[in-house]
Amino acid sequence: MAKPRAKLILIGHRLVQAVPTLIGIIIVTFLLTRALPGDPAVYFAGPTADAATIAQVRHQFGFDRSLPVQFWVYCKQLSTGDLGQSLSTGQSVAQELLARLPASLELTLTALLAAIGIAVPLGILAATRPDSWVDHLCRFVVTAGVSLPTFFTGLALIYVFYYQLGWSPAPMGRLDIQFISPPGITGFYVIDSLLAGDFETFRAAVGQLILPAATLALFTLAPIARMTRAAMLQTLAGEFVRTARAAGLSRGRVLMSYAFANALMPVVTTLGMVFSFMLGANVLVEKVFAWPGIGSFAIDALVASDYASVQGFVLTMAVLFVLLNLLVDIVYTLIDPRVGLAA
Amino acid sequence: MDRRSFLLGASVLPFLRALPAQAAGGDTVVIAIADTINSLDIQRAGTNRPAYQVSINAYDRLLSFGTKDLGNGVIVSDYQTLKGELAETWQVAEDGLSVVFKLKPDATFQDGAPVTADDVKWSYDRAVSIGGFATGQFGAGRLEKTEQFEVVDEKTIRIHFLRRSKLTLPDLATPIAIIYNAKLVKQHVSAADPWGAEFVHRNGCGSGAYKIERWDPGQQLVYVRNDSWKSGPLPKIRRVIIREVPSQATRRALIERSDIQLSFDITGRDADELAKTKKAKVVSAPIANTEIVLCPNLIFEPFRDKKVRQAVAFAIPYAQIFEQAAYKLGVPMWGAKSATPTTTAWPQPFPYDTDYDRAKSLLGQTAYKDGFEVPLSIDLSTADWSEPTALLVQEGLAKLGIKTTINRVPGANWRTLALAQKKLPLIIDAFGGWLDTPDYYFYWTYLKDKLFNASSWDSPELAGLVEKTLDMEQSNPEYAPSIKRMFEIAFDEVPRIPLWQPALDSAMVPALQGYQTWFHRVPDARPLAIA
Repeated sequence: MAKPRAKLILIGHRLVQAVPTLIGIIIVTFLLTRALPGDPAVYFAGPTADAATIAQVRHQFGFDRSLPVQFWVYCKQLSTGDLGQSLSTGQSVAQELLARLPASLELTLTALLAAIGIAVPLGILAATRPDSWVDHLCRFVVTAGVSLPTFFTGLALIYVFYYQLGWSPAPMGRLDIQFISPPGITGFYVIDSLLAGDFETFRAAVGQLILPAATLALFTLAPIARMTRAAMLQTLAGEFVRTARAAGLSRGRVLMSYAFANALMPVVTTLGMVFSFMLGANVLVEKVFAWPGIGSFAIDALVASDYASVQGFVLTMAVLFVLLNLLVDIVYTLIDPRVGLAA
Repeated sequence: MDRRSFLLGASVLPFLRALPAQAAGGDTVVIAIADTINSLDIQRAGTNRPAYQVSINAYDRLLSFGTKDLGNGVIVSDYQTLKGELAETWQVAEDGLSVVFKLKPDATFQDGAPVTADDVKWSYDRAVSIGGFATGQFGAGRLEKTEQFEVVDEKTIRIHFLRRSKLTLPDLATPIAIIYNAKLVKQHVSAADPWGAEFVHRNGCGSGAYKIERWDPGQQLVYVRNDSWKSGPLPKIRRVIIREVPSQATRRALIERSDIQLSFDITGRDADELAKTKKAKVVSAPIANTEIVLCPNLIFEPFRDKKVRQAVAFAIPYAQIFEQAAYKLGVPMWGAKSATPTTTAWPQPFPYDTDYDRAKSLLGQTAYKDGFEVPLSIDLSTADWSEPTALLVQEGLAKLGIKTTINRVPGANWRTLALAQKKLPLIIDAFGGWLDTPDYYFYWTYLKDKLFNASSWDSPELAGLVEKTLDMEQSNPEYAPSIKRMFEIAFDEVPRIPLWQPALDSAMVPALQGYQTWFHRVPDARPLAIA
């Protein structure tokens, strides 16, 4: 491990490489939002709008200026970290993203961890016993999870665990009404309430998190379990596994250190993809559970042709993707010494 | 208010999840709404409809409307009676060119400062100057210039009329005409923001019955009672929590489990089922001066022919639509016996009914006797009723050989394409006028170039009638005949084919009393009580 310095340089290199991508994204989202057929000035002109009010509102929002001027203003704002003002929610876009991204991340990460916890062992078991009952169970869970739309699973879970059994708290967002959000340190209510030593709020936050996280986890079990199973099947058929077995190594050792370690690469790739997909795609879960996340923010902004919000959302997601891909690549180098970052 | 004191307050009140609604001790009400509240200031550019409730609950106007019982225990606002809110008395001058308001002597803002005529003047100056919706709505009440508002003394303000109009006083009772604490807001103005829009956007600056205790944008708004409120009887509920719950299904589960006390503005289907299963109390009241209409747009060649529009109006399965899309909530707007209107009541049924033979014979007299193809567009955000309506309209028109494809258009695109650019040939739309007179409705929806005239229809005679009646007192002998003539033209030309007058439906726990339906379609928390 004589290369931490080289690794840092490579990471820096990768970040620099991301700059042109981000610039491209800024230009493309700016142009795409302007190409939306909806006119925000019309949408936000109020119930007694006439041509004069619309023109005046358009001027107030700055949408009467030419596109290059609007772009210049946008870039100037961006350079100071100002993402503009969201019309649909009335807050600054940066503020919205700062408040909502942790909510989405908390939900997505919890769901992802739960999904990994179930899907990876299931995938391994299924691979070691192809066509056994475990394999069929895996197939069933995976097919059911992926074929049920998330809003349906969400509503079904609410119906059973909140409406019928009354086990789950009211699905009204991140915290029940008698709790106040914990002081924002990480933005993750579960962690913040622990840091504040407030166990009641912690319990409440976890309680609110269970059903939406389960909904999302069910949906993401499929790709993870399938990928684990496929990768494991492949490595288990490999000659090095046969050799290890022939050498009399224990079954567990063969499975985990030899086969699974080598199957990890595709699994990690899948995790990276699934995570980024989940972050943007859990809109329906957010709507059903009144979860104030970025997915529903983005959809509402899109419907209202709220330019600044859409641009801010896409830019944030782009930055997240860049970081996530970098993280996945770094994990690769840890898993497999043959992989270099530059590759 | 910090977290500790809130929790303390919450623990003093029996305000626990384990003991919902009933145990809240009549002290707290949780109201679920579907959409986000995006500002605390109704006059700000871009403030959305759900946010108007802040100006009802946290602000006062000079005037308000009375209420009336529809005869079945349902209480609605009554446009015909004006009540003082901040105003104790008001007197229109003998020459009819001005009105003088005396403010309630002990009325104070939420920070304790007295409400003065200067505050009223500043607030009205703001409304006519800030632009956007506020200036537009004030203009509708013939309030256009700051010179119209004159401070007489500390508690007296005179409003000069540019012209005498029956719309002026009611306009001062709409949610837009709120009185701001001018001294407070003036501390937060700047050259770029002379009306303190940024400050009022985030802070309650009124004298209303409820103070804004907490606003978590995108999640909730918490009101706490203003115990020194003087503009009406002190509300019974101490704390009101407005929670944003976008999913209809989730809101329904919440009200059925009594974890919330009021689910405001629910779908017709939920209202119907909840009322039948008795899982919650449902209140349904028709929305004043509002219609759901099918608009054939005259930019589309076939619809320029009046007979085609009439044929369409005869080929609509009205009763089926009312049953399956509106769940029989609201008021039917078809089947009038005579093509000559007998009353000035509005909305009123049009003289059309489902009559395919007549529709076919009318269409047969036009150049389009074999039918044509036309896209039928609906607003995606109203899909819960507009989609079933569209499907039934499609079926009806198919019997005339008119082939329709249903086109679902999302939010901003809808307003732009359907209303601003008027590019959609056939749409299902809803419009409601705050000021409840027919001339006002026609002013917004039947005149050339008006945003809500989605039919791009124009008639100089009707425009003349609207101009003549818009300011005229309803007691004027010329008023009724002019309005009836207006209706007659609308009946005959049918640029807008009314389907039904919609209702505003809400579900509540049986213990919740005092719920009222207002023309502004936002929840008024002030009269609520827990039995």
